[in-house]
Amino acid sequence: MSEAGAAPPEAIMELRGTTKRFPGVLALDRVDLALRRGEVHVLVGQNGAGKSTLVKLLCGLYAPDEGEILLEGRPYAPRNALDALRAGIRVVYQEFNLLPYLSVAENVFFQRLPRRAGLVDFGKLHADAEALLREVGLDVSPGARVETLGVAQMQLLEIAKALSTRSRVLILDEPTATLTPPEIRRLFEIIARLKARGVTVLYISHRLQEVFEVGDRITVLRNGRKVETLEAARAEVPQIVRLMVGRELGSGYPFHPEVAAGDEILRAEDLRPRGAAHAASFAVRRGELVGVAGLVGSGRTEAMRALFGADPRTGGRILRDGREIAIRRPRDAVRHGICLLTEDRKAQGLILEMPCYANVTLTDLARVSRAGLLDGAAERSATRELVRELDIKTPSVDQLVGNLSGGNQQKVVLAKWLFRRAEVLICDEPTRGIDVGARFEIYELLWRLAAAGKGVVIVSSDLEELMGICHRILVFSNGRITADLPRAEFGQERILERAYQEYVHGRPGGEDPAAATAG
Amino acid sequence: MRARHILHLLFREVGIGLALVLMAAAFSAFAPHFASMANLTNILTQISINTVISVGMTFVILLGGIDLSVGSVLALATIVGGLVITREGLPIGAAIVLSVLASTLVGCLCGLFNGVVCERWKIHSFIVTLGMLNIARGAALQISNSRTIFEFPDAFNAVGSATVVGVPVIFLIALGLVLLGRFVLARTVFGRMIYAIGNNEEAVRLSGHAPALYKVAAFTVCGGMVGLAAIMYMMRLNIASPILGVGFELNAIAAVVIGGTSMSGGKGSMVGTFLGASIMGVLNNGLLLLGMGDFARQMVTGLIIVVAVIVDKYRARALVHYAFTAAAARPAAERRAGAA
Repeated sequence: MSEAGAAPPEAIMELRGTTKRFPGVLALDRVDLALRRGEVHVLVGQNGAGKSTLVKLLCGLYAPDEGEILLEGRPYAPRNALDALRAGIRVVYQEFNLLPYLSVAENVFFQRLPRRAGLVDFGKLHADAEALLREVGLDVSPGARVETLGVAQMQLLEIAKALSTRSRVLILDEPTATLTPPEIRRLFEIIARLKARGVTVLYISHRLQEVFEVGDRITVLRNGRKVETLEAARAEVPQIVRLMVGRELGSGYPFHPEVAAGDEILRAEDLRPRGAAHAASFAVRRGELVGVAGLVGSGRTEAMRALFGADPRTGGRILRDGREIAIRRPRDAVRHGICLLTEDRKAQGLILEMPCYANVTLTDLARVSRAGLLDGAAERSATRELVRELDIKTPSVDQLVGNLSGGNQQKVVLAKWLFRRAEVLICDEPTRGIDVGARFEIYELLWRLAAAGKGVVIVSSDLEELMGICHRILVFSNGRITADLPRAEFGQERILERAYQEYVHGRPGGEDPAAATAG
Repeated sequence: MRARHILHLLFREVGIGLALVLMAAAFSAFAPHFASMANLTNILTQISINTVISVGMTFVILLGGIDLSVGSVLALATIVGGLVITREGLPIGAAIVLSVLASTLVGCLCGLFNGVVCERWKIHSFIVTLGMLNIARGAALQISNSRTIFEFPDAFNAVGSATVVGVPVIFLIALGLVLLGRFVLARTVFGRMIYAIGNNEEAVRLSGHAPALYKVAAFTVCGGMVGLAAIMYMMRLNIASPILGVGFELNAIAAVVIGGTSMSGGKGSMVGTFLGASIMGVLNNGLLLLGMGDFARQMVTGLIIVVAVIVDKYRARALVHYAFTAAAARPAAERRAGAA
C-alpha cells in the first residue's frame, strides 16, 4: 500500500519517468510519483532537489524532456499556465501574484469577474469574495486595496484565490513561510476541508514538523531523483533528514590542511539586516575558508549583503583587522578590501554586453587610468594575465562576457575581485549552475586566496561542497546562526538539523536558540 | 572575434552612414540645388545646434535617462548670455567670454538640478526634466520680461556666418564637440562608467562605485552642452529670446535614437548621434527643396524616426540571437570536451 509505482486506481495525477534537463543540470531524473485523490502529499528535499521544477511541470511552465504525466489516467501536457488552470491544477506560489492596486475581491476573482450587462457586478463580486475570505479566515474588507495588506494576509488571499475555482489538485509551495501559528492552524483546517471534498493537495515545505501534522504521505527528492515515498504516520524527522541528505559522501574536494588560519581579518557583531528578526555575529580569519550553510531564505544571503553594504542594516558593528569600520554602501566595503561575489552573477555581477576586460577592470579603474584617461593596453594586458591565471576560456579579452559559458562568466567575476586585490572575499553560491570542471578550478582558486592570507567566506546550498572545502561552517536558520562547526564536527545530518532547527522547534521570536557564535 | 567586434561596430555606424549617403544621393538627383555648395553650407549650419544638444543628450540617454528640458534651458541660457553680452561698460572681448561662461554655467546648473533631483529622490528623469522644461522657460520669460534681446557685438555675430573654405565655423565647433564627446565616451573613466551604468547599474554599484555621481555628472554635461548650443544659436540668430528652442528636445532625442542609441541605455555612440542629426538635417532640407510643405515634412520626419527604431530593433535582435546561440552552443561543446 506504500507502493506508488503501481498506480492504484485512485491516483488522480501520476508522473512516469519524468525528466527535465537544463543546460548543465539534470533538474528531474526519471521521477515517478502518484498523487491519490483526496490526499495531502508532501514534497520535501534540500534546495535544488527538484521540488520547484516539479511544480512548474505540473502547472505548465515547463514541459518534461522525457516521461509523461497522467491526469485521471489521461495524458496531461499543459502548454501554459492557463491550460493547467483549465485542467483544475491550482498553485499557490511562494511569491505572490497579486495586483497591488486592485481590490481584494477583484484579485480573488480576477480570472472570471462576475458580469451583468457587460459591466462588473460588484455586488455579487463582493458577496462571493466575502464568503471565500471568511473561509480562509482573512479578516479584511473585499473592497480593500491589496497593497494595504500585510504579507500574511496576502498569503491567505492567494489561498482564497486558489479556492475560487474548483480545483482538482491544489499545489501549495511553502504556504506557511509567512504565517503565524493561528493562521497556520486555520490553513490546516482549510486543507482538511478540501481533503474531505476530494481535492488533492501537493504540499511543499521546509518545516518538517508541520509536514507530519498536515501530510498523509511524504515524498523525498534528492538531486532531482525521487528517493522514497513514505506514509507520514510511520515516518520520523531524523529518517526524513537522512533521506534528504543521502548516503553518498562527497570525495575529491580539495582541502589543504597545511593552510592554517591566522589573525582575525573580519568580524561582524550583531549584524542585523533591515527587516531581519535576528542579528548575527561571526568572524573570519586570514587563511580561512568559512562555509555558510542554511536553507534558502534562512537569512544567510541577507547577512552577507548587509555586511557588504549592498542592503541597509539596522544595527551591528563590522571590524576589519580588529578596527571598527563604517560600511554604508558597497563602495565603503570595497575600499576596505571586502568584496562580494553575488549569488546572481548575470543580474548583479556582470555587465553582459561589455567585453571581458571592461568587466574585470570595473572594480579598480584607477589602476588602469591616468588623470581619468583609460589605458586600453594596460586594461587588456592585466585582464589577459587574469584570464591565464584563472584559465578563463575566451577567444579574446574583447569578447562580450554574455557570450561566455556560465563557468567562465563566474571566473570573470572572480577575476574582477582579484583585480581589486580583495582581502576578504565573500562568495554567494559561487558554483551554482557551473559544471564540475570549472567548479574545482574555482575551489582551488579560493584556496590560493586563503594560502595568500586572505579571508574567504562561501555561502552555498551544496552541503557536500561546504564540507569538502571549508575549515569551518556557520549554519543559518530562520535568521539566526544556530551552529559554528569546526571541520572535525562536520556532518550532513548535524548541519541539516541545525539548519532546520528554528523551523521545527522555535517560531520566529520563540525561545533562545542553541546558538553559537564565532570565536 | 576581434574582427567581428570591429565589423559589428562598423555595421552599426556605417549602416546609418549608408542611409545618410543614399538619402543625400537621392536628393542630389531629384531636388534642385540640393548639391550646390551654398546649400551644403546651409545644411551644415542648420544641423549644428541640434548636433551639440544631441551630444549632451547622448550622455543622458546612454544612462537610460532622458532630458526634456534642453529646449527651455537653451532659451534661458540665451537670455542670461544675452544680458551679459549687452551689458554696458564691458569691453567687447570680456563681454563675449563672460557671456559664453554665463550661458554654459546656466546650462550646467539646470543639468545639475535635474541630476540631483533624479538621484536624490529616485524620480525618473522624464518627470524631473519635464518640470525643468517649465521652470527654465518660466525663468527665461521672467528674467527677460518676455522681451527679445539683441544688438550683440559685431564680432560675436560674425562667428555665426563665418566660414572656413566653405565650412561654417559654427559647424566646426559642433564637430569638435562631437569628437570631444566621442573621446570622453571611448577613452575616459567617465565614459566607461556611463556605458557600464546604462547596461547594469546594480552591477556597477556592487563593484564598489557610486552610480549616482556619474549620473548627476552626465546631466550636468548635457546642460553644459545646451549652454554652448545657446551661444552658437545666438551667434546665428543675433538675438536672445525666451521663446527660442521650443521642441528642440524632440529633435535631439530623435537624432540620438536614429543614431542607434538605445533608449534603455548602455548602447550607442557619439558618431551615431552625429549621423542621426545629419540625417534629420538632410531630410528636412531635401524635402523642402523638393517643394514639400511644412506639415508634410513633419509627417515624413516623424515616420523616419519610427522606421529608424524599428530597423535598430531588428539589428539588435539579430545580435542577441547570435549571442544567445553562441552562448548556448559553447557550454555544450565544453561538456563534450570535458567528457572526452
